[in-house]
Amino acid sequence: MSEKDKEQKQGKNISRRSFIKGVGTGTVAATVAPAILVGDEKAAEAQTDEAVASAKIQLNINEEVTEIEVEARTTLLSVLRDGIDTTGNNVDLTGAKLICDKGECGGCTVLVDGKPVYACMMLAMDAQGKQITTVEGIANGDDLHPVQEAFIKHDALMCGFCTPGFVVSSVALLNENNKPTIAEIKEGLSGNTCRCGTYPFIFDAVETASQEM
Amino acid sequence: MDKFSYVNATSLKQVTSLLSDSGWGEVMLIAGGTDLLSELKEYIETPKTLINLKTLPEMEGISSDAAGIKIGALTTIADIAMHPTIQHHYTVLAQAATSVATPQIRNVGTIGGNLCQRPRCWYYRDETVNCIKKGGDLCYAVDGLSKYHAILGGDPVYIVHPSDIAPALIALNASMKITGPEGEKTMKVEEFFTLPSDNPFRENVLQPNEIVVEIQIPNTKPNTKSLYLKAREKGAPDFALASVAGVFEMAGRTCQSANIVLGGVAPKPWRSTEAENVLTGKMVDKAVSMKAGEEAVQKARPLNDNEYKVTLTQNLISRAVMMAVS
Repeated sequence: MSEKDKEQKQGKNISRRSFIKGVGTGTVAATVAPAILVGDEKAAEAQTDEAVASAKIQLNINEEVTEIEVEARTTLLSVLRDGIDTTGNNVDLTGAKLICDKGECGGCTVLVDGKPVYACMMLAMDAQGKQITTVEGIANGDDLHPVQEAFIKHDALMCGFCTPGFVVSSVALLNENNKPTIAEIKEGLSGNTCRCGTYPFIFDAVETASQEM
Repeated sequence: MDKFSYVNATSLKQVTSLLSDSGWGEVMLIAGGTDLLSELKEYIETPKTLINLKTLPEMEGISSDAAGIKIGALTTIADIAMHPTIQHHYTVLAQAATSVATPQIRNVGTIGGNLCQRPRCWYYRDETVNCIKKGGDLCYAVDGLSKYHAILGGDPVYIVHPSDIAPALIALNASMKITGPEGEKTMKVEEFFTLPSDNPFRENVLQPNEIVVEIQIPNTKPNTKSLYLKAREKGAPDFALASVAGVFEMAGRTCQSANIVLGGVAPKPWRSTEAENVLTGKMVDKAVSMKAGEEAVQKARPLNDNEYKVTLTQNLISRAVMMAVS
């Protein structure tokens, strides 16, 4: 792991400056749990630790840097759907869906460093320094991704609410394994649920996409 | 989720010092967060501070040496499932890792978090229910709905330990390195887990100011066969109704030694010495494998809704043994 990677891992994005600024906006009450401020040594350590209740962070979403102030409890999914960045614009990436909000349905699947994850089960703070790709970042402008084309061709959706999650998971699967067997397709998509039951069409779509990628 | 503050770990020393004196629940650790966030969202835990361990890269990664393999506590379940050495020499662990949850969870969830995850009991996970685990007087599974609860080792709390990884590690005779304010210690993964009769509130012996840092697995012998069998309600990803982690040293069809650890049936990963004793030194055939299954569930005490787990566990053991010799 390079020094730069390590720096990113160590979350240098929460700088002392942004932390103090965060406090200044009045959104922060407690910064450090009082229970850990016992004794001089611990107090000194706690100051350098910079425990933050909120912070201005930078997220790399669909190859663009978004700066946003978030509470520590904010999930990545909340930022994508409901976040307002520091310039006052809505992030407005509503492709990832808020459905179960507990990491069971897959509707909020996004890619983090190329791997599918549930955006509802990841804190925004934890997504710093990572490449986040949502379903909005899958197509190349107006050119749909082969997975998206195949979903249309096979009519691989009914109500369509789960579709963004399935598309993202399918893209992740094919990036890892461009000629999956049916069993591998099922396993790769096992973290996504379709209540309309369009699974056979989804599996066909992924198979078709795999032939075109 | 309630509000909390978030701090990046800078060293193990800093983490243990932030943890000390806080007791349980005030300051908590976050690695993958897939179990923790579900608890925070349901208000089962309401910490004041989360310490982010992912800023300690020395706690991540898989390495081998002459003694065996070491897995940093921050290593993801996906990385364990895909690791060639683990797939070849510690098959039971690779299979257990592959059976955990979904691709999305395995990409984020860590081995340390998997061992320290909290039970999935629907009474425990309901913020309005004050069961024994949360300081109340009753385990509601006893007279309530108990389909997914314990058949072994339950009294007085009938949760089951949800980990797939833990039975595999115990069957492989793994140890774990734990760091606390007094420094490092190593213990068997088997000794890490406790029964509710010893401590109804926690599932393991980890103290509030300690961290699981690393898992160490000794080499397996060339004649080792290992496997993980997991029964789920449907084909879909889920926690185990019952599972068997089996590590067998075989000489032809003779079983020289057997480690059999069950998941999903007890409040901790359940080592079945009864089944192991049946198998050790025996020529394994169908009858012996079935006898091992029968002995393993002799002490089972099912609740109202989970008698099916007795038969299921028995057959799962028998099947695992037969697969090991085939």
